[in-house]
Formats: sequence, structure tokens, C-alpha cells
Amino acid sequence: MKRHIEFKDTQLEIHNFRLRLALSLGFVLLLLLLLLARFVYLQAVQQSHYQTLAENNRISIVPIAPSRGLILDRNGVVLAHNYSAYTLEITLSKVVDLKTTIDELAKLIDIQPGDRKRFKRLLADNRKFESLPIRNRLTDDEVARFSTQRYRFPGVEIKARLFREYPYHEQISHLVGYIGRINESEIAQLEENEIAANYRGSDYIGKTGIEQKYEGELHGKTGFQQMEVDAGGREVRVLSRTPPVSGNNLVLTIDAKLQGIAEQAFGNYRGALVAIDPSNGEVLAFVSKPGYDPNLFIDGIDEQSWNELNNSPDVPLNNRALRGQYSPGSTIKPFMALAGLYYNKRTPGHTISDPGYFSLPGSRHRYRDWKKDGHGSVDLFKSIVVSCDTYYYGLATELGIDNIYSFFSEFGFGKQTGIDMEGEVTGLMPSQEWKQKRYKQKWYVGDTVSVGIGQGYNLVTPLQLAYATAVLANDGVAYRPHLLKEVQSSRTSEKRTLGTNLASNLNLNSEHLALVKSAMVAVTQPGGTAAKAGAGAPYSFAGKTGTAQVIGIKQGEKYIESKIQERHRDHAWFMTFAPSEQPKIALAVLVENGGHGSSTAAPIARKVLDYFLLGKVPPPLLPVDEAEGVEHD
Amino acid sequence: MIKRHLWQRFVAHLDPVLLTLLGLLLLVSLVVIYSASGGNWFRVWAQVTNILVACTALWIVANMPLHYLMRAAVPAYLLGMVLLIAVAFFGEITNGARRWLNIGVTTIQPSELMRIAVPLMMAWYFEKHEAMLTLKNYFVATLLLLLPVALIARQPDLGTAILIAASGFYVLFLAGISWRVILTFVVIITASMPLAWSTLHDYQRHRIMMLFDPAQDALGRGYHTIQAIIAVGSGGIFGKGYLNGTQAHLDFLPERTTDFIFAVYSEEFGLLGNFVLLSLYLFVIARGFVITANASTYFTRLMAGSITLTFFTYAFVNMGMVSGILPVVGVPLPLISYGGTSMVTLLLGFGMLMSIHTHKKLVQT
Repeated sequence: MKRHIEFKDTQLEIHNFRLRLALSLGFVLLLLLLLLARFVYLQAVQQSHYQTLAENNRISIVPIAPSRGLILDRNGVVLAHNYSAYTLEITLSKVVDLKTTIDELAKLIDIQPGDRKRFKRLLADNRKFESLPIRNRLTDDEVARFSTQRYRFPGVEIKARLFREYPYHEQISHLVGYIGRINESEIAQLEENEIAANYRGSDYIGKTGIEQKYEGELHGKTGFQQMEVDAGGREVRVLSRTPPVSGNNLVLTIDAKLQGIAEQAFGNYRGALVAIDPSNGEVLAFVSKPGYDPNLFIDGIDEQSWNELNNSPDVPLNNRALRGQYSPGSTIKPFMALAGLYYNKRTPGHTISDPGYFSLPGSRHRYRDWKKDGHGSVDLFKSIVVSCDTYYYGLATELGIDNIYSFFSEFGFGKQTGIDMEGEVTGLMPSQEWKQKRYKQKWYVGDTVSVGIGQGYNLVTPLQLAYATAVLANDGVAYRPHLLKEVQSSRTSEKRTLGTNLASNLNLNSEHLALVKSAMVAVTQPGGTAAKAGAGAPYSFAGKTGTAQVIGIKQGEKYIESKIQERHRDHAWFMTFAPSEQPKIALAVLVENGGHGSSTAAPIARKVLDYFLLGKVPPPLLPVDEAEGVEHD
Repeated sequence: MIKRHLWQRFVAHLDPVLLTLLGLLLLVSLVVIYSASGGNWFRVWAQVTNILVACTALWIVANMPLHYLMRAAVPAYLLGMVLLIAVAFFGEITNGARRWLNIGVTTIQPSELMRIAVPLMMAWYFEKHEAMLTLKNYFVATLLLLLPVALIARQPDLGTAILIAASGFYVLFLAGISWRVILTFVVIITASMPLAWSTLHDYQRHRIMMLFDPAQDALGRGYHTIQAIIAVGSGGIFGKGYLNGTQAHLDFLPERTTDFIFAVYSEEFGLLGNFVLLSLYLFVIARGFVITANASTYFTRLMAGSITLTFFTYAFVNMGMVSGILPVVGVPLPLISYGGTSMVTLLLGFGMLMSIHTHKKLVQT
């Protein structure tokens, strides 16, 4: 009985067991099918997606920065070039303790406190996974010393890089400008212009001057290298390579030698000089004194140098030629004379009697002439030669501000000349409308009187005055001033010459022009205000001096130069073009606190003309005799 | 003649079908390890050594009469428990887990022993009470299972704990635990999920979270899973070709010769390769089921069933985790992953299967 039951139980038990085993098998098959389905999904359905991911994983695109185009002067003198050197670079994200790392590095490589400060600034401006230089231009010794110890410094590398250099240092700073490390806002700008990809390998971008304006020409096209990388980001091998295309070389209209002579002629004076070829608008010299060394800015300027530049009372960072706004003083008189002729308010033979002052009808206020006793009988010719103020007080009131405004606007006063440089200011050509807007006041006739001799509201930049001079020299045919002469392709020998850009033709009366020009020639001849500067010149040149007041002088007071602090002295102007018959050069010089145009500004202009027209190189500069200058304008 | 006789005695207890299938899988293992290790012959030879040692263990166990195995159950289980408790108190901590025990000459991982000892003990227990199985017996067997599982989960070694729990569950299931009890268990476990969650270690939670969305921590904990899935998916239907897996050879895959070896295989041999591998596993499991179904005693049926199903569980959990349908728990791909201990444990199991299969015939005659 017992056996029977046991036997029966066993049968049932085996039956149950096999049932459960079958269930298990079903379970196994189900899950294996699930796996298979997953594999089909991943490997057949989604294959291309994962293939892309795997490719992206393994392929890293490494940009190769192009070499930046050179900047040359019109004769091929190099103003900005590149050289290859080693830098010591640190990637913050890979460094454990930055301070210790730098301290240890300093034992191998000369790292000055200045380098540390500069590096700190760089860190603040850049992302932490970027490789940033702590020292540039390593010596071969330093490279060797670091190389043997490099295992000790994770995140520190020596890299061969191309560096920008400006061999002329201060001389061309305001013109050529400089490049600097790309900052966040520039990245945003690049992204907005959809050219950020072209800057993937670039650390630098043009910040000012030509470097900034022609960034697009100079930068070149970034090349790419497809690298196979492993999970640690190490490069395993090169898969393909698209070489970079170097940036184009720029040939400027500038004559570096002329520029140098102009800079030198300034001596210790501050100021600006712009020289233009009137026949086509090419800028021959573009000086702003003092300059600064653009090389300092390339890799971030150190704090000390920055403070020195930024806090200097000489404001070396200010581009005076482009952005300095000064009263034009008497330099506007030739244009006023032209306006008088144009609007028939004056004829060449019309004379006035100059008692040494001018008063408006019904007013006792005296607008004084610079010459206390007056110039006697003055016609238009003489008014320019002796720079008679009284003549122009009267003329201005007769013309009225509206006519003055529209006539001067034609010469580019009060607006940008359109030169190829960023940051040009407009100066100021006042009008009734402007005064209403600016001061909420109506225009008074008295305002017009001051405008007539360039001491009113009007402000000009040296560039503007040079441009206006060029337009005058070229008989009213105006060319937009420009600095770029030619673009040379880096790959091919292809050259692109930039066409001269006719701005406008003022259609001036040739007799009027001849008269004013001849008066300006007389300025540089005995009896003229710039006779001294013109003495002995073998060519004929036209000129006009000017003085821009820095401080006002009360009624009845006399301006005594020696009693006035240097910085409160008047600014000196001189505008000129030469040779007067067939002008090849037109220029404007401003000397800050130079006193009179005749004594400081005109001699500078003369040196520039002598070199330009005669190839005469002036002797090394002698100290300026400040007591010099009896003439007045 | 003598030679032939010796040979026959040598292979008498080996199952040729199973042996062939295992041989194929082990061959795959060597081939893939060569690629996964970046062409490192030392790794391959080390695996050959592992296989030789494990095969020796297989042969010995296969030739062991079944009552030897039964007799070993209680001592092995008790020894395992003692060692697990020792680990809990004196174990060495590596990678934040206390799994290893230093016994002077070497360090051992007692949980590995329990992979065999737990189902063995449970099968032994059921065999002993075969005549009258009551609910109490199932309860005791469950306790025998949960004690070591709890200790191992505490180490923490979630992968091993789950696998042992699974192997024990298979014994319970095959021993005929009633559906009502299973259902109750399922309900209880589901209900206690939140509680279990609170006792999990952070890294375990992370792994579970990642199952649902590995991308949320793509550079951290999800990285391994994502890279493994990319490897599998980019393999496509035909694979990138042997030694051509970019994910594997450029270091994107973690633990390439061990837990993630399937990703390497999958990337290089593609969907077709995966199909072949799944088929091989299926054949091994099918053979295991045949042996189980024909096993002569209650003990051997339970044991054979548990070994087969546990083997399947290994394979499923590993491939599931590499292909992203299961969380990452440290489970090697059976017979393929590099590693001595798991190889020995697995082949020991297959040795038992062979013993069960071949000794039955002897008993019958």
C-alpha cells in the first residue's frame, strides 16, 4: 500500500516537475527572444544612428589655424608679420593645483610676476579647458629643460605657435592696430556672423586699426584634420587633412618711411598728422602721437603696462588722427573764403577796413582780431595770407550759419570721411537744428561770428581736415580716404587693387579755387603766417596755419603764452598741399599745446613735404626751442 | 586496446553534446579576449589556463558519484555561511565593497562558493524531505536561500546576490512550491519595493535609475552603458569585422574582457554573431533541460534544473545589461568573459550536469 502511494506520488511529482520544466523553457525562450528583439532594434533598425555616434566618438576634428596675412606699406616694408616660437601653455582643467604647478615651473623656466598676472587675466577671460600661455618665446634651453621634466606637469605643454609681431612698435600703432586673444563677446559676434567655425583653431582676432578692419582678409581659412582619438582624447592617427589657407597680405597706402619721418618730426609733442594723396584718396601717413607698443597687447597686456598706458596724461591709447576732436581755428578760413565767393557775399576785389575788432550792429561787444591794431585794408587774398579774423567775423554773419553748414558739409566737416578704420568720429559742424537739439537754445548771430574763425562750436579731427585739404587741393573732386591699397592672395600671386572711390565732385568755380590757392601759397612765402616754415623750399606749397584755443580768454585779457601752463596752451594746426600747381600730397598736422600753427605745426609739415617731394631726410631731431615763434596767426 | 580502454574510461562520464557546445563557446571566448585585450596573448593564455583548471574541475565532478555530491551539500553550505559571516566582519574592502576574505595564503570570495552551495543545499534539503513536503519545508528552504543572499547583498554585491537568489528560486520552483505561494511572494516583493529601495546603496540606486535613462548621466555612471549600447548598435548586421571594433579598440568600452566583453563581440560580429551566440546558449540550455528531464532522482532533477536555469540567467542578465535593457550589475558573460573563478564555478556546474546524466545510467544498470 505504502509503496503504491509512493509510486503514484512519484509519477505525479514527475509530471508536475516536467510541467514546470516546460514552463521554464518557455520562460527562457521568451527572454531570449526579447534579447534578440533588442539586438535587431539596436543593430538593424538603429544601426546608422549608433554608427554615427561611434564615428563621432572616434573622430575628432582638429582645426589648424591659418597663418595671418602680412601687413605691408606701399613700398613693401613689413609692418606686421608672424614668427614661430615656443610657448609654455597650461590647461587649467587638467591641472590639479595651479599655484604649485606654476611655482614648480618657475624653477625650470623664468616666470616673472608679470607673467603670472598676465596669465591670471587670461584665465579670467577664457574657458578653463583652453590651453593658455604663461610664457611666450621660450629659449631653446628652457624648452630642453622642460621637456625632460614634463612628466611632472600634467596639463602643461610646450607648443609651437605663430606669433604676430609689429616691428615698428610705437610708430604705426594707431594705424596697424593689434590683434589680441579672442574674448567672449567677440565669440558671440563671430557666432552671430556665422563665421565662428573658421575661428575654431584661432586664438587671436584683430582688435583695432587695420588688424580689426580687415580681419576678414587677414585671418585666412582654417584647415581641419580628422583625427582618430581614443576615449582619453589622445590622437591615434590622422584620417584626413584639409590644409589651412593663409590670410591675404595687405598692402597699405601708407609710406612707412614718410610715417617715420612725420613721427620723428613731432619730437616730444603730442598730436596727429594725416597725409593724403589728393588725386586718389590714398592715405600716405597716419600719425597719432604718442603711440604705444602694440606688441604688448597680443597676449594680454600685463597690469603695470596697462596702467601706465591707460593712466598716462598723454593718453597714448587715443587715436588722435581718427578720434581727436579739436577746434579747427583759422584753418577753416580758406573754406570760408570759398563759401563767401560761392554765395556771392564777397568778390576778390572787395576790401574791408580792419580796426582790430569786429562788432555786430547794435552791440558793443568786440570780437577781437589776433592783431591788436588790425590789418588795415584787407581783401580776400590778404585775409588768408595774414589770417585776418575781422574779415571772417563779418563774412560769417553775412553768410549765415545755414550756408556755412551746407558748404562745409560738402568738404566733409561734421561727418565721417569713411576711411577704412573702425571708430571714426564725426567732429562737429554746428547748425541751428543742432543747437536746438543739443542745448535747447536758438542760434544767435554771435555763435556764427565765432564759427567764422573756427573757434565756435565746430570741431574737426585731423583726418577730416586732411581730407578737406585734399578736396581743396584736388579742385573739389573728393576721393574717399583709404588705407588699403592692394590685397595680395597668399596662395596665388593674384593681386586685387582697390579702386579709388570717388566720393563727390563739389563743382567749384576754378577762378575761386585759383584765388584761394594762390593766397594759401602766399601764406608760406614772406609776409605769410607760415613764411618761416616755407623759407627756402624749392617747391611751391600752399598752407594755412591755425590755432585752437584750449581755454577761453576773457574780454580784455591778453593771451600770454609764457604765462600759461603747457597743457593749457593752444593747439597748433597746419594744413598744406604741395606742389601747389599739381598737388601730390595734402596734409593736416595738429600739435597739442603747440601754441601757434606757424611755429610747431608748420615745420613738421615742411619736413614731411621735404621728404615726400625731395626725398630729403631731416637730421636727427634737435630739442625744440620753446621760446621760438614770434609769428602769430 | 588498453589505450582505448583508458580513453573510454576517461570520457565515460562526459557528455559529448554538452562538451562540444561548451568547447565552441570557450573558443569564442579566446577569440574575443584576444581582440578585447588589444591583441594581448598573455590575456589569452591566462584564459586558457583558467579553462584548463575549470575543465579539470569539470572532469572530477563529472566522475563523482551522485551521493558524493549530496554528502558535500551540508558541509559546503555551512563552510560558505561561516566564510560569509567572516567576510562581513573581517573582509577586505575593495572599491567600497567587502567581498574578499584574506585567509593568509590568498584572498577568496566566499560568495562564489555559494553559487553552487546554495542550490546544492536546497536540493539536498528537498530530497531529504521528499516524502512529505509541507509548506514548512518550503519556508525552511527559503530561509536557507535568503540568509546567504542577504549577507552577499550587504557586502554589497548585488549581481551575485541576485544570481544566487535566482538559482535558489529555481530550486523552489522546480520543487513544486505552490503557485499560490509564488503569487503571494510576488505581491509581497512588489509591495516592499519602496522599502528595498531605501536600503540600497547610492551606487546601486544609480545603476537602477540609469536603466531608465542612462543619458541623464552620460559622462558619469551612464557612460559605460551608453558606450556599450553604441558599440552594439554600431556593429550593425554583419559587424565591423574581427579586430575592427572602434569602440573597443579606442578605449570607449569599460571592462572589455570581463563584464562588457559582449559589447566587443557584438560590435565586431554584429547581429549575425549575436544570433549565433544566442543559439549556442540556447543549445546548451536545451541540452541541460534534456538532462534535467531525464534525471533519475529528485535531488538531481532539482540540481540539474537549477544549474541550467542559472546558466541562462547569467547569460541573459549580462547581455541584457550590455544592450541596455537591464541595469548594470557585475555579472560576467558565462563562458566568454575573462576570469578564473566564474569559469570554475560554471564548469563545475556543467560537471554536475554530466555526472547526473552519466551516473543515472550506471545506477539503472
